Amino acid sequence: MKRVQFNSPYLPYLFLAPQLLVIFVFFYWPSMQAIQSSFYIEDPFGFGSTFVGFSNYSDSLFNPEYYLIAKFTGIFTALVTFFSLAIGLLLAVKADAVIRGSATYKTLLISVYAIAPPVAGLIGMMFFDQHIGPFVKLAAVFGWNMQVGINYFDTAFAMVVVSVWKQIPYNFIFFLSGLQGVPVSVREAAYIDCRSGIRRFWTVIMPLLAPTAFFLLIINVTYALFDTFGVIDVMVKDKAANNPITLVYKVYMDGFRGNDIGGSSAQSVILMIVVFAITIIQFRFIERRVHYT
Amino acid sequence: MYRTKFADHLVLIIGALFLIVPVIVAFMTSMHTAAEIHRTGLTLMPGDHFAETYTKVLTQQGGFTGQITGARMVLNSLILGLGFATGKIILSMLAAYAIVYFRFRFATLAFWIIFTTLLLPLEVRIMPSYEVMTKLHLTNTYTGLIVPLLASATGTFYFRQFFKSVPEELLEAARIDGAGPIKFFIDILVPLSKTMIAAIFIIMFVYGWNQYLWPMLMTTDESFFTLMRGIKQILQVWVGSQIPDYNEAFALAVLAILPPVLIVVVFQSWFIKGLTESDK
Amino acid sequence: MATIDISQVSKIYADDVRAVHSVDISIKDGEFIVLVGPSGCGKSTLLRMVAGLETISEGTVKIGDRVVNDVDPAERDIAMVFQNYALYPHMTVYQNLAYGLKNRGTPKAEIEERVAEAARMLELQPYLDRKPRALSGGQRQRVAMGRATVRKPAVFLFDEPLSNLDAKLRVTMRGEIKRLQRRLNTTSIYVTHDQLEAMTLADRLVVLNGGKIEQIGAPLEVYHAPASTFVASFIGSPAMNLVRGDLHGDKLAIGPATLSLNGFAPASGAVTVGLRAEDLRPALPGEDVLPLKVDYVEELGAQRLVHGQVGDQPMTAALGPEILLSETMLLAIEPNRLHFFATDTGKRIGEASPRSFAKLPPLVAPVVMPTA
Repeated sequence: MKRVQFNSPYLPYLFLAPQLLVIFVFFYWPSMQAIQSSFYIEDPFGFGSTFVGFSNYSDSLFNPEYYLIAKFTGIFTALVTFFSLAIGLLLAVKADAVIRGSATYKTLLISVYAIAPPVAGLIGMMFFDQHIGPFVKLAAVFGWNMQVGINYFDTAFAMVVVSVWKQIPYNFIFFLSGLQGVPVSVREAAYIDCRSGIRRFWTVIMPLLAPTAFFLLIINVTYALFDTFGVIDVMVKDKAANNPITLVYKVYMDGFRGNDIGGSSAQSVILMIVVFAITIIQFRFIERRVHYT
Repeated sequence: MYRTKFADHLVLIIGALFLIVPVIVAFMTSMHTAAEIHRTGLTLMPGDHFAETYTKVLTQQGGFTGQITGARMVLNSLILGLGFATGKIILSMLAAYAIVYFRFRFATLAFWIIFTTLLLPLEVRIMPSYEVMTKLHLTNTYTGLIVPLLASATGTFYFRQFFKSVPEELLEAARIDGAGPIKFFIDILVPLSKTMIAAIFIIMFVYGWNQYLWPMLMTTDESFFTLMRGIKQILQVWVGSQIPDYNEAFALAVLAILPPVLIVVVFQSWFIKGLTESDK
Repeated sequence: MATIDISQVSKIYADDVRAVHSVDISIKDGEFIVLVGPSGCGKSTLLRMVAGLETISEGTVKIGDRVVNDVDPAERDIAMVFQNYALYPHMTVYQNLAYGLKNRGTPKAEIEERVAEAARMLELQPYLDRKPRALSGGQRQRVAMGRATVRKPAVFLFDEPLSNLDAKLRVTMRGEIKRLQRRLNTTSIYVTHDQLEAMTLADRLVVLNGGKIEQIGAPLEVYHAPASTFVASFIGSPAMNLVRGDLHGDKLAIGPATLSLNGFAPASGAVTVGLRAEDLRPALPGEDVLPLKVDYVEELGAQRLVHGQVGDQPMTAALGPEILLSETMLLAIEPNRLHFFATDTGKRIGEASPRSFAKLPPLVAPVVMPTA
């Protein structure tokens, strides 16, 4: 904190009030509610709720369907995180190396950042549409009869592709910024010390990119777990039946479609714990983030 | 120094195409009629029905109650985006100012209260949030659309980082010059933060404009639908129709894409600065 | 160990901006060459072209017998010491030193041996396990030098390595670099803008200005016989006094003063005259006099810098502290210590006289003369 600070008795509270108020009403209150209702089963006709202890939790966790969805969520998250990070990094490395046209590349690669997940999902849907989608036609060439929206695997594939597509610009921006933060003279020293560009990348550049990469890892995992809601909702078209969905989508489905407030809340709390764990890891590691300067 | 090879450019070109082509195709295809699209598929070539389709999308009364037009949805998205960005900047600047520049008893507590909001994204507390809104009679209002989204820490953290980087000497000089906390804030800090404010505004506007889940829950009255909601609408109508209105869907998508992408591209350097200088 | 041949080398940037103009330098094996000049003179660019960090627009660079224009830096058998050390921040000192060798497939035992040797030479043993951020500037610089020496390259390249150090440290490190180079006898190119560093370290100096070579020569040569007014004013501290003068027959007129040259006049007409501050001394009775109207004096301890004017032209004299000062100092200079330059080109007129053999006049008691 700054050494020099004001000592006003009421001003800081005044300034903080709006933000805190909003947070209490729209964050803490609902969160408490969520935790509370996770221990109850609500009567579907609205006649009150019964305390059921942890049974909502066990019902969810030991439900084979839940397990399946959790499994898909895990794989989905891993794939989306991996590919969007890898492609983002590759493009950033190339964009950093190139001089001519770099501004154009940058602009083009960044522009997609601003596209919302549902819109990405919509466009993706078209590309994977049975009748008009080019990807479907391309896959047919290889003998793959793609049926997005019907076949579990095909839909999952499409979801991954669209989610990765949307996230690449974000990673690109951060990786490029990180690369440009590596001192030129260190790169030149490496250029003199090491013949192979690939070796230089792994032994000198990557370690110095590590803080950025780690930060992005957490952001991407959060993205895959939660922000892909829009993509999934659009591609699943409310027919969740056979289609792959993620845990967060199930929270929505059970809560809003299935009216299972208790179960939905329990799942919310489970996800809360997952996010909590991820954030703890992030902050512990970022605190211990190796500062080389 | 590093001799660029053709392969480098190739990678970049492929990457750029991968990202851009779908958007271009969406735009081009939107200019054809639905029947044409159904016949010939997606296309890179512009069509003749640009004006027709877009006017239709913008002005046609559609939806279940026949009240909502595309133009109205654009307006709603705009209100959401601008309202959210403005609200976020005001709230977080004030909060960050309080935390960084004041010594008071509950400073650490306030900081942690705000900080913990990072732990739970909205998707995890949608049910109860919706209930709270119903209780407060805030469903189907702009307030209900915008204000709850303000309950997050990102803006405050961005500004906190930024304020911490402002040299101490400025505050000391201001105090000597007789500026109290309010004067210091208005006369010195805010002008200094101009670029940061611009950058954060852009990021928040895009975030607000692109909101999907929350408006979906909050607005059942179609006159409040945002573009994102409209897109979901179109897909709901699709299910079971003979030839889906591909062109209108694409047109709507293009409308939904255009403002945020334009802003991000035109104000690229500010936007990137805001994004990267404030990684938590 | 290698010779370096820089032949007609130029660096041309977009829109025809030339940073280096057709430079020719021939460096002998084991020689310590210093490229010196003001900012923007092209010295760093030239060094980086030899290193391979900049492409060579025109001309060739040969290391040994090999033309290296298109050879990657890592294959040129060079090592470089950067101005800001450029140590790998995520590696320990040991790893920094070993990195270059590791990449070349040197066996582990040999790496350990060479690193130990370099660490010994540069007194780095206590720091081998530390990361660069835990080291002081001087220590980092030594690690940077160690990184260069372990490789035992054919050529050392130094890019203003001492600029980031404080004054006292700079003097110590200067000595260390000199000793190291002597010991290893590796051909070296050293870039600096500090003329003192250049003078003390070089076997030969290359004075650069605006991408062109002004003069190449041994330090004393360049000092005593500068080839142009640029070199004259750049080398030596305080800078050489450069004033307008007129040569008529055997006489030189500088403002109100007239000096007899005793046959040393190389030309006639208007010239630029160079006089080194330390070559000016109080005039003996009967000598031709340069009247210096004193403006202010800088005390350096071992000597005094007396700043003033001769006529309307500024001049500085370096005098011993025992010499009494007066409002107008009457100074004299040996004719063979005058330098003459053409007024238009700034180039030297006439041969340099055999300085090293010129004897200094005996130090006499100060003479106070009444002001004229």
